[in-house]
Amino acid sequence: MHELAICQSLMDQVETIAYERNAKSVTSIVVAMGPLSGVEAQLLKNAYPIASAGTVAENAELVIEYLPVRVKCTQCGSESEALPNKLICKQCGDWRTTLVSGDEMMLMSVELEKVKDEKSGLMH
Amino acid sequence: MCDTCGCNITHGNESLIRPGGKLQKTESGKEAVTVLHSLLHENDHTAKHNRDHFDQHSVLAINLMSSPGAGKTALLEATIQQLDSNIRIAVIEGDLETENDAERIRKHGVKAIQIATGSACHLDAHMIHQALHNLDLSEFDVVFIENVGNLVCPASFDLGQHLNVTLLSVPEGDDKPAKYPVMFRTSDLVMISKCDLLPILDDFKPERAKGYLRDIASTAPVMELSSKDKSGLPQWIDWINQQIEIRKTYLEQHPVSAGHAHGGHEHHHHHEHEEIKA
Repeated sequence: MHELAICQSLMDQVETIAYERNAKSVTSIVVAMGPLSGVEAQLLKNAYPIASAGTVAENAELVIEYLPVRVKCTQCGSESEALPNKLICKQCGDWRTTLVSGDEMMLMSVELEKVKDEKSGLMH
Repeated sequence: MCDTCGCNITHGNESLIRPGGKLQKTESGKEAVTVLHSLLHENDHTAKHNRDHFDQHSVLAINLMSSPGAGKTALLEATIQQLDSNIRIAVIEGDLETENDAERIRKHGVKAIQIATGSACHLDAHMIHQALHNLDLSEFDVVFIENVGNLVCPASFDLGQHLNVTLLSVPEGDDKPAKYPVMFRTSDLVMISKCDLLPILDDFKPERAKGYLRDIASTAPVMELSSKDKSGLPQWIDWINQQIEIRKTYLEQHPVSAGHAHGGHEHHHHHEHEEIKA
């Protein structure tokens, strides 16, 4: 169960971004994840309230975008969807493929609520 | 992927950040910030720093992974005995508790640093960085990192190693690559260990294990070895020697700029670090 460690690392990044941009709070966090990342999305979601408690992101919504496992065949060149433990080409059945997607665990974006500047009345 | 040049925008995720994509919409008064960093950005950064440090001293770093009890320490002991004595070895041991493995290595006259991870199920780049403070890399040619016995978590954490070796011991069963594809996909070499047990545990078929590895598109070579009866050891020793040469050639062609890795500071620090028993 390494998802808590990963979630804490995610929170560090989010807090840094919020601080640098002078945000009041973080409203959403979008993470892209594939089955070959080694991270279980549900466990990451479970870890999130623990990791985010007391931070600027404690009320943020954690959005997880699931990316499918896709491979490109080095023999016939075609691209197809695959299972995490069966990365073979659907077209020609060859095992010599490269991964196109499915191993991501990436912080894609964060949405911030900005602090209103009292002097100018402008949003930062 | 590097997090800086945009190479992390892949065919798989580009639809998310395209204008009108999910990551672009935002309400007024809010700001959407595109990040595109790995969730382990900080770990990956430290891992790169570790790798630069190994490279500055032309040290080859090999990360050994397996389930608990697959024979990582026994393999290291056999390796120490068989490897040319001109090749200077150090070992970084990762376990939840005890100094047992480090003590086994030290009995062979080899420097070993034990990292006790407490409850952590894996080593991470920061732990290795800390261990490197207790290791003068100019004295070594190869550093073996014996990861925590676990086929799940260690696969996600780059430590700064050059190569991953995964052991699959005969008593575990030949379908482990199908069950733990993330781990076996990261392997540069898969070693079937405890092969002296093959005649007894004859439901383990090395060919079947290789088949499961091909199913996950692994091009890693597979070796069969027994640290006990020493069969297969010469092949493993040859592989290590080969990898040392490959790394040397690589570094001759891609020299590491001095000072770059550490922003100028060498690793023999004068400041205090938490002591790891060495």
